[in-house]
Amino acid sequence: MPDLRVAEIERVFREEHGRAVAVLIRAFGDIDIAEEAVQDAFASAVQRWPSAGLPPSPAGWIITTARNRAIDRLRREGSRDSRHTQAADLYQPEEPEEETAVPDDRLRLIFTCCHPALASGAQVALTLRLLGGLTTTEVAHAFLVPEATMAQRLVRAKSKIREAGIPYRVPEANDLPERLRAVLAVIYLIFNEGYTASSGDRLVREDLCAEAIRLGRLLRQLMPEEPEAVGLLALMLLIDSRRAARLSPEGELVLLADQDRSRWDGQLIAEGQALVRACIARNHPGPYQIQAAINAVHSDAASVETTDWRQIRQLYDQLMSIAPSPVTALNRAVAIAEIEGPQAALILVDRLNLDEYYLFHAIRADLLRRLGRNTEAARAYDTAMGLSKNASEKRFMEQQRRAVVDRS
Amino acid sequence: MKQYLLSIYQPVGAPPAPAALEGIMRDVNALRQEMKSAGAWVFSGGLYPPTSSTVVRLKDREVLTTDGPYIEGKEHIGGFTIVRASDLDRALEWGRKLARATTLPIEVRPFQDSGLD
Repeated sequence: MPDLRVAEIERVFREEHGRAVAVLIRAFGDIDIAEEAVQDAFASAVQRWPSAGLPPSPAGWIITTARNRAIDRLRREGSRDSRHTQAADLYQPEEPEEETAVPDDRLRLIFTCCHPALASGAQVALTLRLLGGLTTTEVAHAFLVPEATMAQRLVRAKSKIREAGIPYRVPEANDLPERLRAVLAVIYLIFNEGYTASSGDRLVREDLCAEAIRLGRLLRQLMPEEPEAVGLLALMLLIDSRRAARLSPEGELVLLADQDRSRWDGQLIAEGQALVRACIARNHPGPYQIQAAINAVHSDAASVETTDWRQIRQLYDQLMSIAPSPVTALNRAVAIAEIEGPQAALILVDRLNLDEYYLFHAIRADLLRRLGRNTEAARAYDTAMGLSKNASEKRFMEQQRRAVVDRS
Repeated sequence: MKQYLLSIYQPVGAPPAPAALEGIMRDVNALRQEMKSAGAWVFSGGLYPPTSSTVVRLKDREVLTTDGPYIEGKEHIGGFTIVRASDLDRALEWGRKLARATTLPIEVRPFQDSGLD
């Protein structure tokens, strides 16, 4: 007798949410109808699956059931909007949904959720809710906003899609580069929010990192010819490989230089490095691929001392030439400090206009500390602490500050 | 087909120099022709400065007339175009072309569905 628990059913639904919602939006032309239908299918599954067992194709079952529930609901509510009923009647195969046609729908959904006409916060929320299958409560918790605020943000975003006529399709070739950049940015934003939660007590929110990587894998699978999609996945895998070493047993931040490299995840590193090699072989470099390559160099080294900093500097030079930014210049300066010493790096750092960025002050503080300028270092740590909203980061800088004050 | 309002936001103050303005007008007229050929053009027009406007509003059953504009700002709507488009992406394509032609920011805003087309 099969014994499926609700938690297991929830897991299946979350995994298949993007697929199911994407197909149903195409069938009914409406996001709300699609979401409600999948929710109805979930209620049916909770009743049926524990005794009947997991169906052979859970995705197909969910899509077929949700489609029928949506049609029932639309008929029950009369022809409140007859266009939707017609759309459903036009698109009603007898067989369960062919899964081969499905990936395209998810790709449509990604581009709709990340449409540049939507505000960044709305893009992220929609992507996590519709493609990630997170509940509104989960999305709200992930970004530490009240549930009502997140619910309203989602409602507004969906209204805008409907009212402004944001299309449900993959952009045409001439729009694709810009639109793909927006999609990549949303996925990386989710990853970064997970990797260094911008506020709150916990430094890392593993669930968001995992979700971003899952989306990254999906995008790569859907757009295998896009080197930047591969680059982004490689970048996230390589950064994530260091997660266990990045926190001490007490939950404190550990810098790259001080990490126990035996705790890095070799499997993620191997996968990330293989992707970086594939990118290099293809030779269409872009910002994500270069950042992935930089991380691959770090993953290759047994220690800071044996890291190939010259290669890292070369990669930062390449990154600066195609996507110059003060933050990239700051990271390049860190590599310069290892090659030419802290003084050379400090000269570069002091030229940057990044006063509002806590890492600018943290890196400056570290360079000053290495130069023995402890009083200035302490002041820079103070500034950095004032700008960071993350409790772990603040504690880390407080420790560093205490160390330089003790020495001065 | 949906309809979209493409508003042209213009800074308050002197217009561009005649030579520059001539080029802009040529580009804007060419774009209008392109919109017409594509069947997208519904209406367009340029407006006199906001100082030329007059506001009428209802107050206690009486309609008052005052010197405009209704809202003083650093930018105002200098003109607009209404286009027919199947979705926002197509409307934004026209918006981008209008921004290039006018060199000014364009706000693309959907009309409520009329249910007619």
